[in-house]
Amino acid sequence: MDNNATTQVAPEVLEEMLPYFSEFYGNPSSMHTFGGMVEQKIVEARERLARLLGASPEEIIFTSCGTESDNTAIRAAILSNPDKKHIVTSRVEHPAVKNLYEYLAKNGYRVTFVPVDRKGILDLDYLYKNLSEDTAIVSLMWANNESGVIFPIEDIGKVLKEKGIVFHTDAVQAVGKIPIDLKNVNVDMLSLSGHKLHGPKGVGALYVRKGTKFSPFLIGGHQEKGRRGGTENAASIVGLGKASELAARNISGENIRVKKLRDKLETEILNRVSNAIINGDREHRLPNTTSIAFEFVEGESILLMMDEYGICASSGSACTSGSLEPSHVLRAMGVPFTAAHGSVRFSLSIYNTEEEIDFIIEKLPPIIERLRELSPFWKKAL
Amino acid sequence: MWEYTKTVKDHFLNPRNVGIIEDADGVGEVGSLACGDALTLYFKLDDHKRIKDVKFQTFGCASAIASSSALTEMIKGLTLEEAAKVTNEDIAEFLGGLPKQKMHCSVMGRDALEKAISNYRGEAEKKVEGEIVCECFGVTDIEIERAVRENNLTSIEDVTNYVKAGGGCESCHDKIQKIIDETLGRETKVKKKVIRLTNIQKIKLIEETLEREIKPALKKDGGNIELVDVDGNNVIVKLQGTCAACSASEITLKNYVESKLRELVAPELLVEEVQS
Repeated sequence: MDNNATTQVAPEVLEEMLPYFSEFYGNPSSMHTFGGMVEQKIVEARERLARLLGASPEEIIFTSCGTESDNTAIRAAILSNPDKKHIVTSRVEHPAVKNLYEYLAKNGYRVTFVPVDRKGILDLDYLYKNLSEDTAIVSLMWANNESGVIFPIEDIGKVLKEKGIVFHTDAVQAVGKIPIDLKNVNVDMLSLSGHKLHGPKGVGALYVRKGTKFSPFLIGGHQEKGRRGGTENAASIVGLGKASELAARNISGENIRVKKLRDKLETEILNRVSNAIINGDREHRLPNTTSIAFEFVEGESILLMMDEYGICASSGSACTSGSLEPSHVLRAMGVPFTAAHGSVRFSLSIYNTEEEIDFIIEKLPPIIERLRELSPFWKKAL
Repeated sequence: MWEYTKTVKDHFLNPRNVGIIEDADGVGEVGSLACGDALTLYFKLDDHKRIKDVKFQTFGCASAIASSSALTEMIKGLTLEEAAKVTNEDIAEFLGGLPKQKMHCSVMGRDALEKAISNYRGEAEKKVEGEIVCECFGVTDIEIERAVRENNLTSIEDVTNYVKAGGGCESCHDKIQKIIDETLGRETKVKKKVIRLTNIQKIKLIEETLEREIKPALKKDGGNIELVDVDGNNVIVKLQGTCAACSASEITLKNYVESKLRELVAPELLVEEVQS
């Protein structure tokens, strides 16, 4: 139930990867057939991933993770536009983007963090108002990892294309969960990560639209056409390719089933537990994610009590992260502290079953009740 | 995932003494919903003024609940004087240790106990003393200084772990660093004197202290003092002027001269008057 954190490697993916750890260990750059066989498999992986995104294979650069893809994209945009000193993002980005922007803010860049409303929906007026000739890049996540809220990337892409501003999207949470067709969406760069779509960890990709000015982040050999140096992580790239193929196949049918399970979980929990609120817009949302705030209890306690039953979820509470404030996403949405501390995110995958959902529906309400009995605020609130 | 000890997990999953005492003798409330943790502690005394019953309610993470539960077990049966001696370190130790980032949970326990005891003794709720340094969590300079001193904290991160200060917007980090420096600066100076003084340094420092601190005070009363010798830790002096004839000279020597030298030079010093 924590699949926005990471997913199970699909058995088919693992099976396809294994030979590239053992018998086919050749270097894809080598001239001999032994290396060439690996190169062939990477070509296939690139095609499979391109197909999932509606892109062409030359537009795909394999990286080591989503964070590397984000860093590459944003740094490429500012390096290619050296005279522009303004960069834009939202207030609810993943740390891979957020912290890079904060770093750039300290190093001479003017940064606009676009706010979201109580439902997590992006303030488009604010975004458009703040664009200027000086804007080097706009980077916005496709879907939020905590609330699951989806940003209107298509609409924003049209406006940015007209203005000629580079548009990057961190689509780590979106790829494989919602259909994406880059032929019809004006994004210049898109980041994704293997382990969020039943591929392995340690591999990601960056889509760079043909014609987009680019500059490599990892400078080295000629791999990835000189756009990303370093010997290819062959087995993982093969895994990501297979995972992309499976995702393309599962995205309609399986996701309807996942959405049904998510909706059942959400509805039943809200029916059984009072003072519980959904964080985020329920309409424009990933089909697998729900973030539920339980007032007057604390998230880490909920997680650890669920853990006793083997239920894994995550929380926007301060205590779980080791920081003292609830997640920046929930704060940006203006979720009151009373609710933010007790927020729990469930994120499903195609491997979750109805029995598991029923198990949570049975176990979670008594946990909340027990923690509320412990809480000095509960009786007072009634 | 946090590394919690078995004891923490046990006290979290099976917290002892949960609830409210309606006719409690003392009640202490700390924390708030906004802070992410809060604790209300109740106790009832028996005829011998020992804590007969103690209950708590906690909103917070596993370690906050476990710390509260541990505290109630620790103070049951104690007198208030004994209970007042329980420190946050004791609570953490009882639990077999807490992750560093969670030490503030044990501090919360101690604070609630202090408040409950003041409440029983009829002391007015202590006004917030000092100046608020961390606006996000409402932490004062005095609280930070106390945490630094009692737990030998050396970094802003430590301070955040123990009293939360600096864990929000981070705009108070400079102020916290200053408090750490000042608090530790003072303490390290004293320690240095204890550890590193050579004989010559010790004698010099005694002379300086006599000149700067002690002589001016004695002179006000028409007296004076002269250093005759330093033999190991024995400081041999000669009292002069009115002091020499004063019947209270013994008291002056021990209570004033010796304590001053112990404070400013080395705690093991003994002051003797030379026999003329």
